[in-house]
This record gives sequence, C-alpha cells and structure tokens, in this order.
Amino acid sequence: MQYLFLLYSDESAWNKMSPEQQQQGIAAYRAYTQALQAAGVYVGSNRLRPTETATTVRTANGKLQVLDGPFIESKEELGGYFLIDVPDLDAALSWAGKCPGAAHGVIEVRSIWPTMAPADQQNVAAQEALAAK
Amino acid sequence: MTSPNPCSGAQVQEAAEAVARHSYGKLVAFLAARSGNVAAAEDALSEAFAAALEDWPVNGCPANPEAWLLTVARRKLIDSARRRKYEAPAEEFDLTAEPVPETAADSEIPDRRLGLMFACAHPAIDVNIRAPLMLQAVLGLDAARIGSAFLMSPAAIGQRLVRAKTKIRQAGIPLRIPEREELPARLETVLDAIYAAFSEGWLDAAGTDAARRDLAEEAIYLCRLVARLLPGEPEALGLLALMLYAEARRKARRSPEGAYIALAEQDTSLWDGERIAEAEAALVSASGHGILGRYQLEAAIQSAHLARRRGRVNNWAAVVQLYDALLALTGSPVAGINRAVALAEMEGAAAGLAALNAVAGDPRVLDYQPYWAARADLLARTGSHAEARSAYEIAIGLERDPSVRELLARRAQQLG
Repeated sequence: MQYLFLLYSDESAWNKMSPEQQQQGIAAYRAYTQALQAAGVYVGSNRLRPTETATTVRTANGKLQVLDGPFIESKEELGGYFLIDVPDLDAALSWAGKCPGAAHGVIEVRSIWPTMAPADQQNVAAQEALAAK
Repeated sequence: MTSPNPCSGAQVQEAAEAVARHSYGKLVAFLAARSGNVAAAEDALSEAFAAALEDWPVNGCPANPEAWLLTVARRKLIDSARRRKYEAPAEEFDLTAEPVPETAADSEIPDRRLGLMFACAHPAIDVNIRAPLMLQAVLGLDAARIGSAFLMSPAAIGQRLVRAKTKIRQAGIPLRIPEREELPARLETVLDAIYAAFSEGWLDAAGTDAARRDLAEEAIYLCRLVARLLPGEPEALGLLALMLYAEARRKARRSPEGAYIALAEQDTSLWDGERIAEAEAALVSASGHGILGRYQLEAAIQSAHLARRRGRVNNWAAVVQLYDALLALTGSPVAGINRAVALAEMEGAAAGLAALNAVAGDPRVLDYQPYWAARADLLARTGSHAEARSAYEIAIGLERDPSVRELLARRAQQLG
C-alpha cells in the first residue's frame, strides 16, 4: 500500500536558522531518504518552495481564476512530501515517526487511493460489453 | 457436511446461537484478516447465518457448524467481491482481487480475534469509538444495543462504526498483534477500550438497563480472551481482576428500593465470593510477572477494600501507598482524589482536605463529580458546613445518576 506523508511546518523557521543548522537539516533529510531507499520502500519525495511562491487556481463559470498565495493560510505550511510503499499503516506510521519533519512540524499520513490506468478502463469496458451479451 | 438427521427449528436456532456466541468474532477476524474489510466479513457472515437457518432444518445440523458457516461466508465474500468488481470504483480492486485464505476450512479455525481487537483499538481510530467497535466486530453486538449502552442513537453510532471500519480498510490498519516493542503501548489501548465498555455497564449500578448490565459481562469476556491469548501480559490479568472485583459487588451497590449505597456501607454478605476468588487468583498470577501496571494497582486497591469482608478494618496505609504508586505511574487526578480520601481515613479529614487541595489545581477535576463529592464530605467532617453544602450542590449538578444525586442531597441535608 502506498502512503503519502504531507510535511507541515513553520517555514519561517528555516530562514532563522544558521547556515550550519540548515546544513544539518538537509543532511537529516538526506539520511532519512537513504534509509527509505535502503529499505526498498521509497517511491518519491520533494521539497516545496515557500508558500509565497504559491498560486491558487480555480475555474468559476468556465472562467479561470488565478490568485496569489496558498489555498490555506496557516501557521504551519505544506513544505514537502514523501511517497512510500509499505504493507500497512503501522509500517507507515513507524516511518513517519522517523522523518525529521515529525520533530520540527507535523506529518499527515494519507493512504493512496489507486485510480485505474487508461488501459484498465478499456479492459473493464470490454468485459462489461461481453458480460452484457 | 450434512448429518442424516434433519433437526428441528428449535435445535437449529440453538446450534446457530451457540456458534454465534462462541465463534462470531473468530469467523469475522479470520475472514477479514487479509483484506482488512471488517464490514464485508460481517455481511458475509450474517448471510451465512441466514443460510444456515434455511439449510440445517432440511439437511441436518452439520458436524462442524463453525466450518460450515466459514465455507458459506467465504463463498458469499467471493460473490460480493465479483459483483463489486463491476459496480465499485477502482479502489476496491486490490482488495477484492485478493484470494480469501483457503486454509483450515474443516479443521480448527485459527483464532485471530486478538489481531482484530488491536485493529479496533488502534491509535489511528477515534478513542471514543474503539470500545463500541470492538463490541460489534468481536462480539457481534448490533448498533441498537451498543447505542443504548453508550447513550447514543443507533443511527449515530452505526454511522460512526461504519466510518471506523472504512478507515481500517482504506488506511490499511493491520489486523494483527503488534511487534514486541510496540506491544505494551498498543495493549494499553486495547485494555482501555475494554475498560471503557465495562464502565458503561458499571454506570448502570441499579442494573435496570439490561443492555448496559450485559456490557460488563461482555467486557469481562473480552478481557478473559486477551489474558488467555497473551499469557505473558500481567496488565490483562490486572484489568480482569479489577473488573471482577467491581462486578462482585454489583448486588450490594443498591438497596432493594434502588438507593445508592457507598462502598463503606455495603452489606459484604452480598458480595459474590466466586468472582472475588477468581479476581484474587488473576491478581496473584499477574503479580508473578513482576511488572507493575495501572490495572494491577487498581485491582490491588479493590482487593484491599475486601478487608471488611474478612471482618478486619481496612488497611488505609496500604491503600494510600497503592494510590501513591498509581499517581506516580499515571499522574491521573482521579488517583489523587482517591488518595486524598484514603488519607483522610488514616490521618483525619484535615489531612485529606489538604491532599485534595493539591489536586484542585488540575482543571480536569473541576467538572468531575467525585472530586466535588469527596471535597464536600471532607469539608463536612472538618465542620465547614457552608462550604460543604455548596460543594455538594456542584456534585449534584454534575451527576447523571438520580440515585447518587439523592444520596448527595441527603448528605447535604444532614448538615442542617
């Protein structure tokens, strides 16, 4: 089962850190990523630029609305994610607890809802057509 | 699978009920073990029970009714998986495509109930729904009965049970016993949920509400199960002892007219000796492990209160010491309140009141009835009648049981 870790933290804290502290922070995330890879559970991860670079988009009455800023203004912002593949929630929670983000922020753990690939959809359509006959 | 003798409707009903009572949770746990789909397992099992009531009178009661039900339930599960393949959105695919375990249809069905209980009491499940969830998934209690015990409408509790089961499946909460290093913390949540179920039953001290009275028995059943399946865990035995001690005094807690009777005034001849003996045995067995815990301490306190039954005065020094240990272990203000009450018995009301004042800083006690009742009693004993009266009033305002309210009002009136 795949799980997405959404890492929330106070992004202003980063700029208040000394260069040494920032290096330590980066090293901690690098070590964590390597541990995930070594365990064979790593699927992907990324860090996000600060929310001041965020742009929010929606369409209303077919018209595109573009706004400066994140969807939700809060004290702790979404700053990055990890996507991992483990057998169950217990394994996911155990990995989330080891993530450096759990120490300087909070991590929301969400299970991935698999969607069908286009090829599968065609398959099902064909099966349904056969079943109808 | 069939015996030559068709059996009567009454026999069928009896056989089905016996399996339901003994094997319901075992079958649900086994059917849901791999998919994590508790709701589907329950549905399949209830269809299997319905099939049994039709089949057994015609073809005879099977030699192994449990295996018969498992086979039918498993078939229903596969059928519904096939149906859903066309109806349900994509997320069902990975679960329904999974093979239902093929082992042990005709031999002993492995007991996976403990794994199911650990899933029901998982930290990722809302703490307030853990006990109801366990009662439903492991014991098969319906939403109406659970709702009446937990003072919620069947619709509301049903909705929350569905949500919890969906979370188990969709979030991937495993139905298994946790690893060794996680076990103590996870077992605590299981035992807490069992105790929560018991406490709901206990609150109905008059025993007028059958749904709630039975809940205490169901909780004891669940705890016996945990203690049997995890023999190395003394806290399971500790909780079992605690509940048996409490249950042993059920008949003594009310007068025939239904008035509440405090522990110190109870007729000890009404205490159930058999349950007390079982509680003592469980506690002794727990202490043999040499690992102290909250439930063992609480059970030991209950055991100390039995002195009166043996014609001796309570050893309050020992009780205070046990509360000291409990307080150190849990930091619970409830332990602090009870410690103050025990201290008052040993050193007088003023000492008890001083100890109680030390607990008063905790905001959690301010809407806790036993704190105000204890405070009122101690104030009355030190002669501060006006303060005692207002404390009784707050206690009465916080109590939902009318007979306890009555007792508190009587005590307030005696102050003149």
